[in-house]
Amino acid sequence: MLLALPILLPLLTAIGLHLLPQRSRLLRVVAFAGSLGALAATASILVRVQQAGIQVLQVASWPAPFGITLVADVFSAVMVVMVSIIGVAVTGASFAGVDPRREALGYHPLIQVVLMGVAGAFLTGDIFNLYVWIEVMLIGSFVLMSLHRTRAQLQAAFTYVGLNLLASAFLLTAIGLLYGQAGTLNLADLARAWPERRTPGLDAALSMLFLTAFGIKAGLFPLFFWLPASYHTPPAAVGALLAGLLTKVGVYAMIRVFTLLFPDPNAIVYTVVLVLSAITMVVGLIGALAQRDFRRVLSFNLVGHIGFTTVGLALWTPAALGGSILYVLHHMLVISTLFLVSGLFLRRRRTTDLRALGGLYRSQPAVACLALIPLFSLAGIPPLSGFVAKVAVVGPMIASRQYLLATVSLAVSLLTVLSMARLWEESFWKPAPVPLSSSAPQARLGVPILAPIAFLVSLTIALTAFAGPVSSVTTRAAEQLLDRNAYLRAVLGEGVTRAAR
Amino acid sequence: MELLLAIVSGVLYASGLYLMLRRRLAQLIIGLSLLSNGSNILILSAAGVTRGKPPLIAEGIAMEQYADPVPQSLILTAIVIGFGVLAFSLVLAHRVHHSTGSDDIDTIGSDSATASSDQPDRA
Repeated sequence: MLLALPILLPLLTAIGLHLLPQRSRLLRVVAFAGSLGALAATASILVRVQQAGIQVLQVASWPAPFGITLVADVFSAVMVVMVSIIGVAVTGASFAGVDPRREALGYHPLIQVVLMGVAGAFLTGDIFNLYVWIEVMLIGSFVLMSLHRTRAQLQAAFTYVGLNLLASAFLLTAIGLLYGQAGTLNLADLARAWPERRTPGLDAALSMLFLTAFGIKAGLFPLFFWLPASYHTPPAAVGALLAGLLTKVGVYAMIRVFTLLFPDPNAIVYTVVLVLSAITMVVGLIGALAQRDFRRVLSFNLVGHIGFTTVGLALWTPAALGGSILYVLHHMLVISTLFLVSGLFLRRRRTTDLRALGGLYRSQPAVACLALIPLFSLAGIPPLSGFVAKVAVVGPMIASRQYLLATVSLAVSLLTVLSMARLWEESFWKPAPVPLSSSAPQARLGVPILAPIAFLVSLTIALTAFAGPVSSVTTRAAEQLLDRNAYLRAVLGEGVTRAAR
Repeated sequence: MELLLAIVSGVLYASGLYLMLRRRLAQLIIGLSLLSNGSNILILSAAGVTRGKPPLIAEGIAMEQYADPVPQSLILTAIVIGFGVLAFSLVLAHRVHHSTGSDDIDTIGSDSATASSDQPDRA
C-alpha cells in the first residue's frame, strides 16, 4: 500500500484542487500540503527499502506476470524521494505568486499530475505501464507548457509536443516487438524470459529502438534539440519542474530497461551509449557557451550533464553506475534550483537575457551568495556536491582504463566552470545596465520566492556534507541494478525464490 | 495476413515520419496520428494474428487454440492515449494558427524577442 502512495497522493490532491473553491491562497496551501505528504510517503519508502530490501506491491493482488507490479528497489526509492523534494520546492514556489490566468487554467492540479506521472514511471515494474506513466507525465507537461500566450512560447510548446510524441511512438514500437517475442510485459518476467528468446538481430534492433526513445526523453546528443528550444520559455517554477524531472525519467528508464533486458556489457549498444554520452557532454557545454540567456545557458548545461548520467550505464561497473546515479541526484537538485533562481531575474527585471541583467550582487549580496552555491555546485567546485558527483563519475572511468573518456569529462567540467563563471559574472557581478535599472521597477525579493531556493540549496549542502552515506546508497542501488536476481526474486516471488535457494 | 499487416504498418511509419519532417503544423499532426496507428498495427501483427479463436482459455484446451487478448488491450490503451494527445495537439495547432496566422513551424516564433518582452510571464 505504501508503494502506491507517491502515485495516489498527487492524484487525490489534483482531484481535490479541482473540487475546492478556486481561491488561490487555498489552492496553494492544499497543493503544498499534498507535496509534503508525498515527501513523507517517499521518505518512508526509502527507509523501508533500506531496512527490508526491495518492496513490491502486486496491484489488485494479481500475481506478478499477470497484473501490474509496483517495485521499489534502492534506485527507484531514491528517485521518488527526489521527485517529492522537487515537488515540495515547486509547489512552495507558487506562494511567491502565479500568473492568475495560469492559476485559473489549472496550474496547481497539472503540477500534481506531472509529479504523479514521474513517480509512477519510477515505481512501476511493468514496461507497458512505464509507457503509460510517461504519457501521463507528458500530457501534464504539455498543458503546463502551452498555458502560454507569446509566439515563442507556442513554438516551444509545439516543438516539445512533437518530439516527445515521436519518442513515445518509438517506445510503443519497441514494447510491441518485445511483447511479440517474449509474450510478457512484466519487467522481471521479461528479464527472465527474454534471454532465451533473443536473436542477435532482434536484440540489436530493440536496444536501438529503446535507446532512441529514451534518448529523446533524456536529451542525448543527436536527439536533444527540442530541449533548449523549449525549456527557456515557461515560468521559472515550471522550468524547474520540467528540467529537474522529465529528462531524468528518460535516464531512469534507460538504466532500468537496459540493465534488466540487455545484460551483456559487451553489446554494441553500450559502445553507442558511451560515445553518445561523451558527445552529449561536449556539444551541450559548447552550446551553453554560445548562449546569451540565463535559461538557455541552463538548458544547454542540462543537456551536457545528461552525458554524465548515462555514461555509467556504458561502463557497467557498480562504481560507475553508482557514480552516475549520484550525479542524477545532484543534477536534479541543482538544475531545479538554478531554474528557480532564474525566477528572481524574471521578478526583478522581467527577462533572463544576460545583456539586461547584472548588479544583483551590489543590491542584494545575500541573495547573490545563495545563488552562488548552486552555480558553483553545477560547475563542480570543491567541496560542493557537483565535485563529489564528478569524482564519483570520473573515478570509475580511470579505473576501467577509459582515459580518453576521463579526459573528455574533465575538459567538459572545465567548460562548465567557464559557463557558470560567465553566468555569475553577467547576471550578478557586473554593474546593472543603466537604462533598464532606472526605468524598470525593482520588485522586492521576499521570503516566498527565496524560501524554495534556500530549501534546495540546503539540500545541496546536505548532499555535500553526507556525501559518504549517500554514495554508499547509490552504490548499493547500482549493485542491485547489475545483479538482477534480487529484483527477479522480489517481483516473481515464491517459485523463483525456491528455485534460487 | 501477417505480411499484409507488416506492409501496412511499414507504409504508415514511412508516411508518418515523412509528414513529420515537413514544416507545416497540420502535416505534423497527421504524421503523428499515422505513426501511432502504424505502431498499433505493428503490435497486433508482432504478437501474432489468430483467426476465429476465443480470447479465453477453457480448461483442457491447448495454448495454441486461443487468441492472446493482451495485444488488443495494449492497442486499446494506446488508441485512447493517442486520441487524447491528438485532440490536444489539434487544439494547440488551432491556437497557434489563431494567434499567429501561420502554420509554418519555423516562422511561428520569429518575432520572439519582442513578443516575450511585451507579455512577460510572472515567475
